[in-house]
Amino acid sequence: MNALTDPIIVMTCSGIGKPFGTIAREATYCVVEDLRKEETDTTCLSLLVMGDEDAIRLVKSHRCIAIDGCPSECAKKNLELSGAKLAASFRVVDILRDYKDLKPQTVTFLDEDGRRLARLIAERVALKIDELNRGGNP
Amino acid sequence: MMSAPKIGVVSCSGECCVEGTISRIATRLVLEKLRPGNTVTICLPLFSTGEKGERMFAKYFPTIAVDGCEKRCTKNAIEKYSGKTARSIMVSDLLKDWGLSSLGPRRELNEEGLKAASRLAEEIAAVMDDIFARSRP
Repeated sequence: MNALTDPIIVMTCSGIGKPFGTIAREATYCVVEDLRKEETDTTCLSLLVMGDEDAIRLVKSHRCIAIDGCPSECAKKNLELSGAKLAASFRVVDILRDYKDLKPQTVTFLDEDGRRLARLIAERVALKIDELNRGGNP
Repeated sequence: MMSAPKIGVVSCSGECCVEGTISRIATRLVLEKLRPGNTVTICLPLFSTGEKGERMFAKYFPTIAVDGCEKRCTKNAIEKYSGKTARSIMVSDLLKDWGLSSLGPRRELNEEGLKAASRLAEEIAAVMDDIFARSRP
């Protein structure tokens, strides 16, 4: 596997009821569009849920990172159910505990604390991507 | 006192396209503003990871599938794991009918994208009202 040309697939949960899902999604976009644009990609979790052949082929043939909002871990579990090469997983609820000053409240459109937390999570994911691309343990 | 009748509005996750973002935001607008007492939203991936609550709700209450693209993941997931949907809305078709195409990036809708989400939310609310009207004895 060529780490420099083989994108890592970052999958976010689809959480819609609480801020955590929106934060997971924003963190994912922050990684794939801002921080590690050349080294990553994403796809819809719904496609995995429905067993879409192209989506399953994608996650089976690339290293994947799951970003989940809550302990239900839908992104991680659906990746595992699809036989993906799961290299790492992150949970918004866990990381939030490290930033007790942040109190994200809104779901539809993230508030300032939600955006800050998403950025902090994205930075952690980016560091993990660097580690993986240096040959670190998946 | 009787509780308000409920309808499940289930949006596709649609992280890879702007139509998915419009689906999610419209669903949230229905839940928060248009029909807050009557709306239940469900995370789509919970259907496949075996969450009984989500599957049971969609089995016994009417559901509206809101799908961003022609793959119709939401409609298919509900019908695979729970039962037939009451209605299915295809966002990409509606956007074509409305002549809307410059909606902004998937990450953050522009003004036209936000207007499209509001219009879609009104459409979902109208479908909910129709389902309630038809279910009255």
